[in-house]
Amino acid sequence: MTDAGSAITAHDVRKNYGGPAGGAGLNGFDLQVGKGSVCGLLGPNGAGKTTAVRILSTLLDMDAGRASVAGFDVRRQGRQVRERIGLVGQYAAVDEVLTGRQNLVMFGRLNRLPAAAAARRADELLERFSLAGAARRPASGYSGGMRRRLDLAASLIVSPPVLFVDEPTTGLDPAARQEVWTAVRELVDAGTTVLLTTQYLEEADRLADRVCVLAAGRVVAEGTPDELKSALGGDRIDLVLSGPEDTEAARAVAARIASGEPDVDRTAHRIGIPVAGRVRALIRLATELNEAGIEPEDLALRRPTLDEVFLHLTGGTPATGTAAGRADPADAVAAAAPQEASG
Amino acid sequence: MDTVPADASRPPVPAPPPAPSRIGRALADAWTITLRDLNHWALRPGAVVVGWLFPVMTVLMFGGLFGGAITTPGPGGYFEFLMPGMFALAMLFGLETTMMAVTTDAAKGVTDRFRSLPMSSSAVVLGRCAADMLNSVVGLVVLAGTGLLLGWSWHGGRGSALTALGLLLLLRFALLWVGIFIGLAASGPEAVTAVQILVWPVGFLSAVFVDPATMPAWLGAAAAWNPLSATAAAVRDLFGNPGFAGETWAAQHAELLAVAWPVLLTAVFLPLSVRRFRRLRS
Ligand SMILES: Nc1ncnc2c1ncn2[C@@H]1O[C@H](COP(=O)(O)OP(=O)(O)O)[C@@H](O)[C@H]1O
Ligand SMILES: [Mg+2]
Repeated sequence: MTDAGSAITAHDVRKNYGGPAGGAGLNGFDLQVGKGSVCGLLGPNGAGKTTAVRILSTLLDMDAGRASVAGFDVRRQGRQVRERIGLVGQYAAVDEVLTGRQNLVMFGRLNRLPAAAAARRADELLERFSLAGAARRPASGYSGGMRRRLDLAASLIVSPPVLFVDEPTTGLDPAARQEVWTAVRELVDAGTTVLLTTQYLEEADRLADRVCVLAAGRVVAEGTPDELKSALGGDRIDLVLSGPEDTEAARAVAARIASGEPDVDRTAHRIGIPVAGRVRALIRLATELNEAGIEPEDLALRRPTLDEVFLHLTGGTPATGTAAGRADPADAVAAAAPQEASG
Repeated sequence: MDTVPADASRPPVPAPPPAPSRIGRALADAWTITLRDLNHWALRPGAVVVGWLFPVMTVLMFGGLFGGAITTPGPGGYFEFLMPGMFALAMLFGLETTMMAVTTDAAKGVTDRFRSLPMSSSAVVLGRCAADMLNSVVGLVVLAGTGLLLGWSWHGGRGSALTALGLLLLLRFALLWVGIFIGLAASGPEAVTAVQILVWPVGFLSAVFVDPATMPAWLGAAAAWNPLSATAAAVRDLFGNPGFAGETWAAQHAELLAVAWPVLLTAVFLPLSVRRFRRLRS
């Protein structure tokens, strides 16, 4: 993809917040998002998602690097960029005292719509985001989902060609999450370029054409969800043991059959084994376990979940505790190399 | 049901209306921001009314409690002396209003939303300025009305009364920038509480309530040089209310200082606020 066909580009963007923590926000961040596509920026807390969004939306200066949005340089042409973006920040940024309608009219006026047009546009958006009934109530009384939708509406007043959405559903209940997804999907269908950050694979999988996995301030893998899955080496066998005593022996068996490093979860006595030949590997494993006198509690063949892809690439330790902490970022980059090359 | 209207989400950006001049745009945006504050007043009248009544309460408290014990220069009783000082103090109280608005906007992400819009960057501050000045004018009217009921009055001409009003608003204008600066620099609402508390020693360590000459020497000197004292003394003079014939240079040049202090404060805190606003980017 060339820069010309991209709605969003970033080259080696760096940002260090300094301070006592010396927090690196971005550390050589590269990104290209094609016009009209949806890019999911996936990463755990602290990966740098918000930093990336704030830099691209001109709220924050970068220390080094280059970035452009809608063809305009983020650093030097901030005003032109701001005229072409909508930003939905990580926390709903609406005036809580004002009513939903007053919020939209105000943002419409600040987007240079004449008074009558701003009012008309506000009513249109309230209708579209199912907020018409609450239009004249103060936003402080809105539920989390309603506030999010108001926030989204406020970002769409002038139908920006590029929209940034930072963790739109974090902290929302499933129903509200569904509402926000519907709203975002409509935009996507209408052709807006969207950069969406999220901690949820499910969200990226549903909304994004391409997923960029962000870890420690840089993109460690990029591709469609399917490509990312194959980067992990295809299918997996889940081996669950009845107790801890056989874990070592089983791991040794698994290592002979695996196409990659097996993930050992010692507390759950579970071993995740990436394999190349599906059923053949399963039979071989069953046979060898039998020969070694190991009686598995459960043995199952399955495709890797996106969570595994994610953990594998970011080297994070899962909150739920399935795979052991692994690969440092260098490993992850190596795993992602085929995808990166295409970016 | 959720069909997208043809124009609803499709780029390109609609042609902007005929672009007025830069200044025209800044003023239009600033007015939008001011209007937002006026809407706040209408939707949450409690907060703004309390802001107006607090100085009234302070007048009643100090007038009632200390009025009998404090001998005031000249005729007319304590209120004649107290009111001009209270006007100045009310301007200082306004600092909290400004700070609170600035920190709340920053904390709620509203400031970032404004910064992500193609609006004039000075409009946020200009709008804040207009709304807060308007707030203070209403506050002064309420306070003056109370004063009139309690027996205070102005004895000069209309011109000097307007000059006095101008000096008070000048002080408020200067404190606005102090408020914006602290509000932007503050990390959270604790800072607002700190300022709410600090307002009192600053208020007491002045010629608002008593003659600095009655204080221990070093406190008296600090009180005499307090910007509030300068404005209070100048306003007393302009309203024809009784004041102290202070010995210090500061007391004798109250009018000059009532202009110089706010100008100095503005000269320091306006650029600092602008710098702080820019620093939000780093
Ligand atoms: N204002 C800030 N000052 C100092 N460090 C920060 C600041 N904002 C973010 N960071 C640090 O930068 C890193 C990336 O943060 P962020 O972009 O907010 O991540 P994410 O949005 O993916 O959770 C984190 O380590 C965070 O602690
Ligand atoms: Mg974030």
